[in-house]
Amino acid sequence: MDFNDSPEEAAYREKARAWLAENAAAHRAKWGEVKPNTPEHMAAAKDWQATKASAGYACITWPAAIGGGGGTPIQSVIFGQEETKAGLGYGYFTIGLGMCVPTVMAFADGETKKRFVGPAVRGEEIWCQLFSEPAGGSDVAALRTRAVKDGDEWVINGQKVWTTGAHYCDYGILLTRTDPDVPKHKGLTMFWIDMRDAAVECRPIHQMSGGREFNEVYFTDLRVKDSQRLGEVGDGWKVALVTLMNERLAVGGSAGPNYREIMKLARELSGVAGPALKDQSFRDKLADWYVQSEGLKFTRFRTMTALSRGQTPGPESSIGKIISANQLQELANTAVEMEDQYGVLVDPDQAPAEAAFQQSLMWAPGLRIAGGTDEILKNIIAERVLGLPGDVRVDKDVAFKDMPTGR
Amino acid sequence: MDFDYSDDQKFLKDEARKFLAAHCDVSVVRGVLDKPERAFDEKLWKGVAEQGWLGACIPEEFGGLGLGRVELCAIAEELGRAVAPIPFASTVYVLAEGIMAFGSDAQKASILPRVAAGELIGCLATSEGPGVVGPASLQCRVEGGKLSGTKIPVTDGDVAGVALVLASEGGRPGLFLVDLTGAGVTRETLKSLDPTRSVAKLTFAGAAAERVGDAGAGFEIVQAILDRAAVLLAFEQLGGADRCLEMAREYALGRYAFGRVIAGYQAIKHKLADMYVKNEVARSNAYYGAWALNDDAPELPIAASAARIAASEAFWFASKENIQVHGGMGFTWDVDCHLYYRRSRQLSLVAGAPKVWKERLVSQLEQKNAA
Ligand SMILES: Cc1cc2nc3c(=O)[nH]c(=O)nc-3n(C[C@H](O)[C@H](O)[C@H](O)COP(=O)(O)OP(=O)(O)OC[C@H]3O[C@@H](n4cnc5c(N)ncnc54)[C@H](O)[C@@H]3O)c2cc1C
Repeated sequence: MDFNDSPEEAAYREKARAWLAENAAAHRAKWGEVKPNTPEHMAAAKDWQATKASAGYACITWPAAIGGGGGTPIQSVIFGQEETKAGLGYGYFTIGLGMCVPTVMAFADGETKKRFVGPAVRGEEIWCQLFSEPAGGSDVAALRTRAVKDGDEWVINGQKVWTTGAHYCDYGILLTRTDPDVPKHKGLTMFWIDMRDAAVECRPIHQMSGGREFNEVYFTDLRVKDSQRLGEVGDGWKVALVTLMNERLAVGGSAGPNYREIMKLARELSGVAGPALKDQSFRDKLADWYVQSEGLKFTRFRTMTALSRGQTPGPESSIGKIISANQLQELANTAVEMEDQYGVLVDPDQAPAEAAFQQSLMWAPGLRIAGGTDEILKNIIAERVLGLPGDVRVDKDVAFKDMPTGR
Repeated sequence: MDFDYSDDQKFLKDEARKFLAAHCDVSVVRGVLDKPERAFDEKLWKGVAEQGWLGACIPEEFGGLGLGRVELCAIAEELGRAVAPIPFASTVYVLAEGIMAFGSDAQKASILPRVAAGELIGCLATSEGPGVVGPASLQCRVEGGKLSGTKIPVTDGDVAGVALVLASEGGRPGLFLVDLTGAGVTRETLKSLDPTRSVAKLTFAGAAAERVGDAGAGFEIVQAILDRAAVLLAFEQLGGADRCLEMAREYALGRYAFGRVIAGYQAIKHKLADMYVKNEVARSNAYYGAWALNDDAPELPIAASAARIAASEAFWFASKENIQVHGGMGFTWDVDCHLYYRRSRQLSLVAGAPKVWKERLVSQLEQKNAA
């Protein structure tokens, strides 16, 4: 029971720290304070990714021969921790490198892998995941986008939705229906596609948080070569599961203020009687958040221990997002209520902590949905960890075209 | 990074589980529950002593095994799973750990070998009535080495040979070692929520009292003892919470309603998933506590508070929802759910209620962040 680094881990951390000390500063000096969601921000992100790749700090667990770092999962976690401490880390590559490219690596031919992996690692090309549709989010396999074989090509028509980054992405992995006459999971096929194709139309969606990070994507007679197929025809669900398994590892990191920031706020604001930090109801909640955050942190340490002992982490990691998303929402709300009448202000120039709590309040609902809703994650824990039966499936053995549908 | 039991510790834990499966099945627990005159299971107590668990962390020179605290945590987890009806926590976590940390050489030499051999049961007497124990309200007094006053409730107070008693001396709180078999001590067994762990009222009328640790430092010493005990209790709570989840799962997989097993209904599945999440949060915090306890780290007060809060929450949730999953069966005396429900309350209160630990945690965080 020791959560200090082993000597090898400590050496790696030292090396990473030294490298970051030098390069993170240089990176900041070069790019200054670029505003999110601007072309400069993207350029800075790509530049940082390339810098990391050249030093073996991008995709640390992937073989060096394909552009990765040739390292261990622990090294990857250690570098991630240090990178976060150094205040760097751009979100643009998470979906591509965390989910899409691993799927390409698992199912594409050698030529295709060679073509795509290197540029993705270096941040030259960005990928998106085109799974969700108006007819299928949690139930991904209910999707309707059709792919019809035409000689050596496939013709694709349909619509995706909530595709993060589609508007700036170069490539995407696309799950389609190739056979509506069989049950839903059996008639799917996966492809990789070029997002710049004229037959792909991307319409940014305005999120409740105010941002425009995800999109509707329309395909009108998009033609893709059969060689762009990932996995066998009709085997798309199997391919998608590889992506979704990686998704659980990729998402889950906390994305917002935690107990430390709210404690700081509570020290500064006045409460019902005296400083807000002295409000007993607040202290109770603070204790719970601390215990949950630390519990999550130490659960990650336990996962790292399992990794270092050669075990693979299972679906247990689903607990991370359930805890962090719900906590972010409750914590942000408490902070906003703590500001009392002033809490309605989102103006970063006026509000305490530059309105980070208000912004988190508006982002948290998305965090509870993206990458699997709370309910779906609990199903995963119940079924895969605790071995309980699956839900009743009225669509089992029913041809997709005969499945009941609604909204 | 090594944040798990080692192979040796896992082996010890497995052996402990096997021993308890053989010597502490529910009939042993019920043997105490159903007979109000029995305070604990003497046979199990003897067996546990023979296993060396009572002296697991006591140095070999005092007759113990000299193991580390993580080993004791592993044993605690199994005792909690088995809802063992023995005064282990009072004797080992409180008396032995307290004397090892604060006792004089003479106190160590007199107490520790007897604990290790299973000849001496201990207890901690702080409470004097409903509500939180505070420096201002302390009524028990020591004058000229003689203790007077009443302590209520005292876990294992009716069966212990010695007590660690918080009392004021010259207007300042101190901790005192008192022989409960000596003159000036009256004991009365009381009814409790968890009859498998006994409680008593102790009345002192000029009982001989010997100070443990510095004069005037009673509250700090008790708090330091409770910090250590909190980590170990958290492992008992975790063991109990895990067992509740297992029981609920087993029952749900065998019980049919509306033509299918209830384990297939999402309300039940999500309930069990919630139990799992809380148990894992408790496990991770408990491991951190184990590390801090074993290394005597300055983080111990924070780690112990977090471990105790998480474990209290997990065991409470698991024990109450376990009954719910069992339906009407769960509300019967004959089904074992209530053993855990009772024990979850006993363990949550025995070293101070969760609200007290939440306050301790937050004030520690305040100090840390102010520095
Ligand atoms: C910020 C954000 C980014 C996203 N990025 C992407 C992306 O890049 N690519 C992509 O493909 N998708 C993306 N998504 C889509 C996301 O994966 C889906 O929104 C999500 O899986 C839920 O699907 P849905 O929105 O259709 O909700 P629905 O599936 O319609 O769910 C509605 C409600 O029903 C509940 N529900 C559904 N099924 C069950 C069940 N079996 N049991 C119990 N309750 C159930 C849900 O939990 C939810 O509460 C993103 C979503 C968000 C919010």
